[in-house]
Amino acid sequence: MSSQLSNMHDNGIKPIDIVKKNLAGRRRAEQRFRRMGFAAILASLFFLALLFFSIIGNGYSALFQTYIKVDVFIDPGKIAKNDPSNGDYQGIIKESLRKMFPDAKGRSDKRRLYQLVSSGAAFQIRQMVLTDAGLIGQQRSIWVPADDDVDMLMKGHLSRQDDTQSGRFNRQQLRWLDRLETEKRIKKKFNTIFFTSGDSREPELAGVWGAVAGSFFTLLVTLMLSFPIGVACAVYLEEFAPKNRWTDLIEVNINNLAAVPSIVFGLLGLAVFLNFFGLPRSAPLVGGLVLSLMTLPTIIIAGRAAVQAVPPSIRDAALGVGASKMQTIMHHVLPLAMPGMLTGAIIGMARALGETAPLLMIGMVAFIVDIPGGFTDPATVLPVQVYLWADSPERAFLERTSAATLVLLVFLFAMNGLAVYLRKRFERRW
Amino acid sequence: MISTTTILFVLLLLSGAAYYLGLRRSVAVAGGQEHVRKLHSRPPYYGAMTALWCGIPALVIFFFWQAFEANIITNLVLVGLPDNIRNLPADQINLIVNDIRNLAAGNIVSSQAGQVIQSAASHYTRLQMTSHSALAVVVVCVCILGLVIVRHKISKTTRARNQVEKIILWLLIACSTIAIFTTIGIVLSVLFEAIRFFKAVSVTEFLFGLKWSPQIAIRSDQVGSSGAFGAVPVFTGTLLISAVAMAVAVPIGLMSAIYMSEYANKTFRAAAKPLMEILAGIPTVVYGFFAALVVAPVIRDIGKWIGLDVSSESALAAGLVMGIMIIPFVSSLSDDMINAVPQALRDGAYALGATKSETIKQVVLPAALPGIVGSVLLAVSRAIGETMIVVMAAGLAANLTLNPLKTVTTVTVQIVTLLVGDQEFDSPKTLAAFALGLLLFLITLCLNIIALVVVRKYREQYE
Repeated sequence: MSSQLSNMHDNGIKPIDIVKKNLAGRRRAEQRFRRMGFAAILASLFFLALLFFSIIGNGYSALFQTYIKVDVFIDPGKIAKNDPSNGDYQGIIKESLRKMFPDAKGRSDKRRLYQLVSSGAAFQIRQMVLTDAGLIGQQRSIWVPADDDVDMLMKGHLSRQDDTQSGRFNRQQLRWLDRLETEKRIKKKFNTIFFTSGDSREPELAGVWGAVAGSFFTLLVTLMLSFPIGVACAVYLEEFAPKNRWTDLIEVNINNLAAVPSIVFGLLGLAVFLNFFGLPRSAPLVGGLVLSLMTLPTIIIAGRAAVQAVPPSIRDAALGVGASKMQTIMHHVLPLAMPGMLTGAIIGMARALGETAPLLMIGMVAFIVDIPGGFTDPATVLPVQVYLWADSPERAFLERTSAATLVLLVFLFAMNGLAVYLRKRFERRW
Repeated sequence: MISTTTILFVLLLLSGAAYYLGLRRSVAVAGGQEHVRKLHSRPPYYGAMTALWCGIPALVIFFFWQAFEANIITNLVLVGLPDNIRNLPADQINLIVNDIRNLAAGNIVSSQAGQVIQSAASHYTRLQMTSHSALAVVVVCVCILGLVIVRHKISKTTRARNQVEKIILWLLIACSTIAIFTTIGIVLSVLFEAIRFFKAVSVTEFLFGLKWSPQIAIRSDQVGSSGAFGAVPVFTGTLLISAVAMAVAVPIGLMSAIYMSEYANKTFRAAAKPLMEILAGIPTVVYGFFAALVVAPVIRDIGKWIGLDVSSESALAAGLVMGIMIIPFVSSLSDDMINAVPQALRDGAYALGATKSETIKQVVLPAALPGIVGSVLLAVSRAIGETMIVVMAAGLAANLTLNPLKTVTTVTVQIVTLLVGDQEFDSPKTLAAFALGLLLFLITLCLNIIALVVVRKYREQYE
């Protein structure tokens, strides 16, 4: 180094000149580096935007469903006299379709005609008759859901030209649809079916409500188990636990469990809860048990931070006026730490709401039409519903999968927003 | 039939009554409301003590009963079955037990239920009813017994507060051991099934075999029924997808962490950080859907455009999306590590005339390196264990390849496909999932422990 410096002096070049010579390049490198950092952030934000745009773009159209107005004659001859739940309602719908389009003659023509209307239409009429038996023998014009392919055509997801070749719609069907349109008998209405019914093989009849109910029961079990246990564990480790091997072991375990892949918890649930204890498959109870084991570390870690944040002066004051240690904690430390613990619990719940893999292991992937009404009814949850629908080949399920994803994301945003609000509202600087 | 919720509800009610009775009793013992000072503890503690002694033993009995009821009843029913059924192989007995349980629960059963099964099912239902009634009687008796004894024992000198506090402390300790029991549960559940698997397939074949096709013949004359359990292709696939994910997540995550902590001003950080955190909060199933819906077709089209044959379930698509998922994980951890580097080190570099980027590259990053390595290891462990993205976007074919344009499969995909749907717990096919699970658990455990140790050492260095 010193020889170099003396060399430079010999040549008449001062170190400052070398610095100056490199300065422009170094500034450019600086700019480059800075831009790279900025680009990295932009890249992740770009992915985020792309994800949301693709899901919203695919999903928003599921808010509406195409309905067809059909003039139905509720034929008394097709319904059993003393038992209106038993009747040929499918026949009633077919009859009225034939009346509306007398040009459908042959068997295959008729079959194509019936294809325009969802198979749920018959159930709709049956429901109407069951609530009001006076309708039997009357003429009514009602809006019934269109078939999913018709729905996709009306929404522009299927194009007319291509599909005369692929055979989804033939010319006659398109003509019928045009006629319905000119008669204003076909229109898009808000898709209440999607938000009120359970799963179905028919996209136009499939809804998320069953999955929402399943998620609700599952999360309720998770919350009821993991919150009290997590709080108790956090309080014990922070306030009571002696520093020894045993508590070290507990801490290592908690930290490690926080990083165990979620699917391993599913294996645990399968082997222990289902096979050993014989609990029912597909039940929110078991799902909740597995998810509570999974969220416990999150809640414990957040809870410990919250207990740590309570200043020692509070404890000293309580102990000073003669409270026992337990009283100090129960009456003073715990209430003050509660907002922080709740925030942690909500974040844990949000994570549990989005969790899929362990629930696949305990059989919550079954096709379940009924809306679960309890903790042991077979159920599925929102993310699993997304997974199930994503596998379905129908074009209409693509739209519904995206919409179900949106419902899931709305719930997640609401929960995280609540957590942020709680943190802002109750955050205290001591 | 008395439902379990009713029993729990009655239990709750009885405990509430016990609280009230204990409280009343303590006041009476003291000789009226104005003399409660004479008691050792305040009256609510006597109430709480009575309620705890009334509720906890009954609750413990309740849960043990619930846990073992199904197994015991099943065994009782099995003993009652005729010999020709009891001597069937284990898997067929399992099927029969399932039928009986389904019948008893009022569900539709798979096969036509025979006379024997029907009667077994009604036997099952009868036993269940007896058991429930017995449970109700036992629980209520224990409740009342606890209540009466404790209430009787209340005197002026009873140390109610100390007792209550002791019980609460034990409850807290019990809660904090759950983490340990969970770990033990995980290890035992995967270990037992894995050992059964290794009885059928040797460990060396599993660890070093180059072919994975877990189809085992149900009938002996089936085609392609040999079944091969070499896990090497599965692990190569996992590593390939994780490597792609890391190639995306580490540079982007690290650079954004550097920009956030060293360059960004306050307003930018306040806006960008929550947005990055959204990326971390999106459920993995949504990423999986995104990968299958958007990313995989785009990559295939690009491949077609430049003349490459890209599989529609390529490792590249799954890895790319997984990388996006891990970006916030890497960036927030690296952010912590970079912030932990003392300001004095930076000031020293600036004083020597280094530019900001030179300081970061030559001073801050080397100082933070152990911490960053730790967080990258944690990210790798998360990538290996990630399930939904690969289930939805990666394939099932176990190709032994390092070409990211081909279809590969991963450990988690195999576990899911082997265990979802109907299973019988005797075929190596199902048990293989547990062997894979064991390996997955061990690998992530090692990565986590190394990462945690490295990070802790690093933190201590600057404290």
